Amino acid sequence: MNKIRRSIGVDRFMTGVFYAIAIFFFALLIGFASYVIIGGLAGASSEMFAFERSGSIGNQLFNTLYLVFISLVFSIPIGVCGGIYLAMYAKQGPVTKFLRICIETLSSLPSIVVGLFGYLIFLVMAGFGRSLIAGALCVSILTLPLITTTTEDAIKGLPQGYLQASLGLGATRWQSIFHVLLPACVPRIMTGVILAAGRGFGEAAALLYTTGSGSDLRWSNWDLTSPTCPLNIFRPAETLSLQIWNLQTNGQDRALANLSSAILLLLVLVFNIGANALSRRISKKSAGEAA
Amino acid sequence: MNTTKGMFRKEYFWRSLMTVCGLFVIVLTISIGAFLIYQGSGTFTKFGHSLAEFLGSTAWDPADGADGGGTVGALIFIVGSVSTCGLALLISTPFALGSAIFMTEIAPKFGEKFYRPVVQIFAGIPSVVYGWVGLTVLVPAIRDVFDLQVGHSLLAAGIVLAIMIFPTITSVSADAIRSVSRDCRMAAYGLGSTRWQTTYRIVIPAAFPGIISGVILGLARAFGEALAVAMVIGQTTALPTSIFSRTKTLTTEIASQMGNAMEGGELKTALWTMALLLFLMSLLFIFLIHFFSGKNPEKAGEKSAKRASSGEKKSAAAGQMNAVEGGK
Repeated sequence: MNKIRRSIGVDRFMTGVFYAIAIFFFALLIGFASYVIIGGLAGASSEMFAFERSGSIGNQLFNTLYLVFISLVFSIPIGVCGGIYLAMYAKQGPVTKFLRICIETLSSLPSIVVGLFGYLIFLVMAGFGRSLIAGALCVSILTLPLITTTTEDAIKGLPQGYLQASLGLGATRWQSIFHVLLPACVPRIMTGVILAAGRGFGEAAALLYTTGSGSDLRWSNWDLTSPTCPLNIFRPAETLSLQIWNLQTNGQDRALANLSSAILLLLVLVFNIGANALSRRISKKSAGEAA
Repeated sequence: MNTTKGMFRKEYFWRSLMTVCGLFVIVLTISIGAFLIYQGSGTFTKFGHSLAEFLGSTAWDPADGADGGGTVGALIFIVGSVSTCGLALLISTPFALGSAIFMTEIAPKFGEKFYRPVVQIFAGIPSVVYGWVGLTVLVPAIRDVFDLQVGHSLLAAGIVLAIMIFPTITSVSADAIRSVSRDCRMAAYGLGSTRWQTTYRIVIPAAFPGIISGVILGLARAFGEALAVAMVIGQTTALPTSIFSRTKTLTTEIASQMGNAMEGGELKTALWTMALLLFLMSLLFIFLIHFFSGKNPEKAGEKSAKRASSGEKKSAAAGQMNAVEGGK
């Protein structure tokens, strides 16, 4: 009897411990996010939102979005095609196995190592100079494995009948992929792309030596070759995360760094919550189809 | 006939394009590895330092020029990296495991609907934000609480990393725990176990490979983190003597020195060697995850945890036997 009572006591105690741990970390995460967002926005003045050369975050916000956009322009086609290859064309064998190991290696590479590689390839060898495009390509390398694996999983997750029916109607493999499988996968691939974008926004270590820290934009200048034109991809570009880092090293203007942390965090949270909501809708929909 | 021919031509064209993209990933990975090896081996070939010096000496004073003549002992950074990551794991793992158990065993509905998405969303928070909050909140707090001159310390870096890797470890181990088959749990309950007994005698042993994978994934993230650590660790080139000492890690040294090092010089080459070391470490982590996730090597990492492999079931059965025997 005593033993049983003790077991039940221990069980209750441990349940309490787990509740405590869960509540503590939950509160910590929520507290962290609200501290950053509320603290950042509360300490900001209106001129910090301007698109000025210094003392504001407008240009950095634009650079962040633009850099992620450019990086996705490179990583989506390659990643999606790589995923299609893995799901549809790759034969089981040493090459495919090696390709999977490569994807895993890429996805676990420290971002600073990718930054070094990008520095060597794009700056030293290709001679781009510190530029948005060099940073965007580094971010592409970092997001490529994520997009590849999501695409592969999305295609493999479709019911067998899709491919069978399409092949049965006399379509070639490519026609089936392009007209049947890919359209069915678009929401899932989008989820991966949104997550990839979220990762790109926060990237800093890979950009440290590749994009430089230019924030001098003239919004009336649309000459694509000029270094102050916002759309020129060969100009240096300071992103929000780099701005936080630079402000930390210079040690001034805490309120500005707080604000850019808040905006960065909001950006990432919105994208991640969006990806989450999208994937929920997909799983609900597919559950409905199955029923 | 002509259209059929066109159809096949298209098929072959697109198929080769897809293959090229697949192969591009291989080429990219190999070229990253090759460049790292090519640049990083210069320390040993061009400047003639020994591997023992690089890994075992604390004398870090590489010359910033192509002539060499400095010393390249990276032990300080290696010790710094290992101790910050170790500290982070020490802090994070029990809590992450506890949360994973909470959201799968104790409150599955709340866990699935609410806890899990929140944890996943937090996995994506940029590391600079963690670093910045660490610098502005944690560092002064440590200074005041422990009555130190400066709050920058190994401890601060460990705590920042612990919070950073907490979501990773939690969601991967929760997947592993969830994939333990229901029968195992039901059998344990049927034998009269309490929930806690079921959890730690049956579920945890059965999910162990997946949990280890989660911990290693977290470790890999902590190991590669540069800027968040650089903000709070104090950047002092000295071996850490306690958790309050300031030091440097491999990544923070690369981040702070790369910009002012001369191309082809000894300093830059030594930094490349450190990057090579990081690359080798991440390969090691992948190998370990494969090793622990057992028979399903192609789907290691997050995915292996989702699938209850036959190996896991076997160990679940073994765990059950132990529990039965322990109960006697």
